[in-house]
Amino acid sequence: MPTLPVPTFTQVVFVLIAAFTVISGLGVVVARNLFHSALLLAATFFGVAGLYVMLEAEFLAVTQILIYVGAVATLITFAIMLTRGAMHGETNPLNRQWGKAALFAFLFLVGLLGYLGGIPWPAPFQAIQADEGLIARLGEQLVTRYMVSLEVMGLLLMVALVGAILLARDDKP
Amino acid sequence: MLSQYLFILLFTAMALVVPVMAIMMGHLLGPRHPDPVKNAVYESGMETIGDTWVQFRAQYYLIALIFVVFDVEAVFLFPIALAYKDVNALGAGAAIFFILLLLVGLLYDWRKGALEWQ
Repeated sequence: MPTLPVPTFTQVVFVLIAAFTVISGLGVVVARNLFHSALLLAATFFGVAGLYVMLEAEFLAVTQILIYVGAVATLITFAIMLTRGAMHGETNPLNRQWGKAALFAFLFLVGLLGYLGGIPWPAPFQAIQADEGLIARLGEQLVTRYMVSLEVMGLLLMVALVGAILLARDDKP
Repeated sequence: MLSQYLFILLFTAMALVVPVMAIMMGHLLGPRHPDPVKNAVYESGMETIGDTWVQFRAQYYLIALIFVVFDVEAVFLFPIALAYKDVNALGAGAAIFFILLLLVGLLYDWRKGALEWQ
């Protein structure tokens, strides 16, 4: 009789973080109160940051916490608190399209599983030396090889700043 | 490398266990003699008037939008700052131009009065 392999500590931690992420992600969809959904979304972002840490992608993890948890989740919370009556009672009810949404989610899962099944695990990869110089090298690449991308992104952010004012501000001179 | 995060994991576990334990212990061991005054929302305080779930002012949202943009900018400045001694003048110029682009956006918002509380 084959015995089950004993999971390593890393695997246990991964399963815990993944379960936390999936359960909070599910909560975002099924929570009846929109505000609870927003808080669970922040929890999901935290879980994803944890997964990035497990992949040793520290920069992504910090970015995830700084931007998604710190800014985007706050923005969503503000948007809900701004909306009249969005915080009372069942503000996030199931609508008539949940059946269709569930069907498409299931089809997506099937497609994803079919794709993942075709990959020879463990996938061949080239290990990067993950040391403290990694982020510095990323910064160097940003201002040399990806200089144009950086400036285009700066332009995009500037447009976002200007557009936010144009859209959100009252029409006063 | 990953083992460095063991401390964060331990810290998270402690941060969850200690408050939960403290509240549980108080709940289990503490004496309970409730009366109407003790059960008031604020013991020997003022009752709040109206709903606590007030509607926020739209200007918070505008400030938050501006904050998101500069949050993204900060994230990209960290790696460039780390690589500072390795980049040449052109690279430093690119970083400065990146900051200047966003400064233009900030100046626009400032001139439009988006930073003023009304």
